[in-house]
Amino acid sequence: MNFAPTSLSAETLPRWADEGSSRIPFWAYTDPMVYRREIERFFHGGGHWCYVALEAELPKAGDYKLSYVGERQVIVVRDRDQSIHVVENRCAHRGVRFCQKPRGTARSFVCPYHQWTYKLNGDLAGLPFRQGVKKDDGEVQGGMPPDFDLKQHGLTKLKVATYNGLVFATFDHDAPGFEDYIGPDVMPWLNRIFDGRKLTILGTNRQRIPGNWKLMMENIKDPYHPGLLHTWFVTFGLWRADQQSRMVMDSHGRHAVMISQRNAGGEAKAVTEGVTSFKKDMTLNDTRLLDVMPEYWWKGPTVTMITLFPSVIIQQQVNSLSTRHIVPSGPDAFDFVWTHFGFEEDDETMTRRRLRQANLFGPAGFVSADDGEVIEFSQDGFRQKGAEGATVCELDGRGIAPTSHMVTETLIRGMYGYWRKVMEI
Amino acid sequence: MPMRPHAIALSVLESQYRVDQFNAAYGDCLDRGAYDSWIAMFTEDCLYKVVPRENHDAGLPLCTMALEGQGMLKDRVYGITNTLFHAPYYQRHVIGGARILSDNGITIEATANYSVFRTKPGSVSEVYNVGRYLDRFVYGDQGLLLQERLCVFDSELILNSLIYPI
Ligand code: FES
Ligand SMILES: [Fe+2]
Repeated sequence: MNFAPTSLSAETLPRWADEGSSRIPFWAYTDPMVYRREIERFFHGGGHWCYVALEAELPKAGDYKLSYVGERQVIVVRDRDQSIHVVENRCAHRGVRFCQKPRGTARSFVCPYHQWTYKLNGDLAGLPFRQGVKKDDGEVQGGMPPDFDLKQHGLTKLKVATYNGLVFATFDHDAPGFEDYIGPDVMPWLNRIFDGRKLTILGTNRQRIPGNWKLMMENIKDPYHPGLLHTWFVTFGLWRADQQSRMVMDSHGRHAVMISQRNAGGEAKAVTEGVTSFKKDMTLNDTRLLDVMPEYWWKGPTVTMITLFPSVIIQQQVNSLSTRHIVPSGPDAFDFVWTHFGFEEDDETMTRRRLRQANLFGPAGFVSADDGEVIEFSQDGFRQKGAEGATVCELDGRGIAPTSHMVTETLIRGMYGYWRKVMEI
Repeated sequence: MPMRPHAIALSVLESQYRVDQFNAAYGDCLDRGAYDSWIAMFTEDCLYKVVPRENHDAGLPLCTMALEGQGMLKDRVYGITNTLFHAPYYQRHVIGGARILSDNGITIEATANYSVFRTKPGSVSEVYNVGRYLDRFVYGDQGLLLQERLCVFDSELILNSLIYPI
């Protein structure tokens, strides 16, 4: 059975007139029909894997949490054999979103409306009055038709991939393997953080950002802005153009890693002169906010920002680690869910350090709050200009290639090159 | 003079009054953007946290903002006033009557519900952050000081960003 909505005809969609992907039309961020097709092709199908959870959020059998694949709410649950299932939170009977507690532990899922009961893997286990109700005189009233097959009426099951503590899922059962999906250029960077060590969950932050979901992907594929928008990055040398850095992408241009190594910060004509966010004399009153301690697994880089298209960003910025889940909600908003984590091998001092550095990130973060703000202002600008305008992403040319510096918008062009191909517009 | 059977001890009324007055002044400071006065309402070794209820209830340590000591409070204020790029907004605190949990003459433990409304220039007012304060006050020479304030908020989604303290 095919539950996908009928495909949108090409005529109703705007056309991208220019060559290449360095001028992104504003309608790519605002048009509802474009958005519908993105959801169909990137989030709800088309061979794309979406992030749903960290395994450490579900330590015991029966533990579950609600999450999203695109706009569809799913339940991520650990079964008794420790395997992880992802099923859609929508009853096979009459469509009720039956699970309402965001986290919990369950032996089975029961829809409250008519008590259809599902196993943790999504199979329908049973339903009341299936054989009808037998009266005292032997007459049987009602019941399901004799050809009713439990197996045909389970929850929608997603294909699941777990990778060293990460959990991804897709509605597309023909999707390639997860590692093939990520590709050999990006996998090593994922491995560097997720090498099989057990993770510990530090907690969650959630924000609703009134901008198109792609703007968040772009933001973390944009090495141009951090040393300009974020005072902390340029002043304390956490991210700026005079650092040794690399921009990596997969062969499709959809996933990317921005890699860099911290320097001492301070004044350096080429990157601080005329930069208003640079604060020459700024020092912290409490240096514990940025008490960086190199870790053995860094092997050089102090920051790796990984974008796994379309649904997640994985952050290592010095000692702070998080996944940032993108949950789209119409063309002009998305929810952004941060899960900060550490490793089971961390001692108490390291955990405290990660928590202190968490002040840089999240909805209130010294360097992340302003990303949400500029995304909102971007969307405001697109809306204002209507269908006519386009962005200009031509720093370092119009082509798409990995670089060994950060003075580039190549990763954004890479993403929109892929986007155009899949969207067929 | 014999006490009426259900009379509240005067000392309880007094701490109630002190905490309510403190909270009124606290909200006023933030709503006016008087951040230096806000810092002065804390002890040197204070703890100030804004934490999602989801984390607090689950015993998870991550906060949205977690500042230890006046130094970090100062760093936050510098961030607000000099480094964090953001659209400006008004805050309006409405803080409910405090509930005094204990008062031993040295410290007071108390809670109070709060709601904070946000108004951006040219826009309508929105419910921005709703929660409760979990507080420990100490008696100082000039009145109460906050040694610890946890702002545990119900609001499951922050409306984009949270720049100013709560
Ligand atoms: S809708 Fe779920 S059991 Fe009827
Ligand atoms: Fe940024």
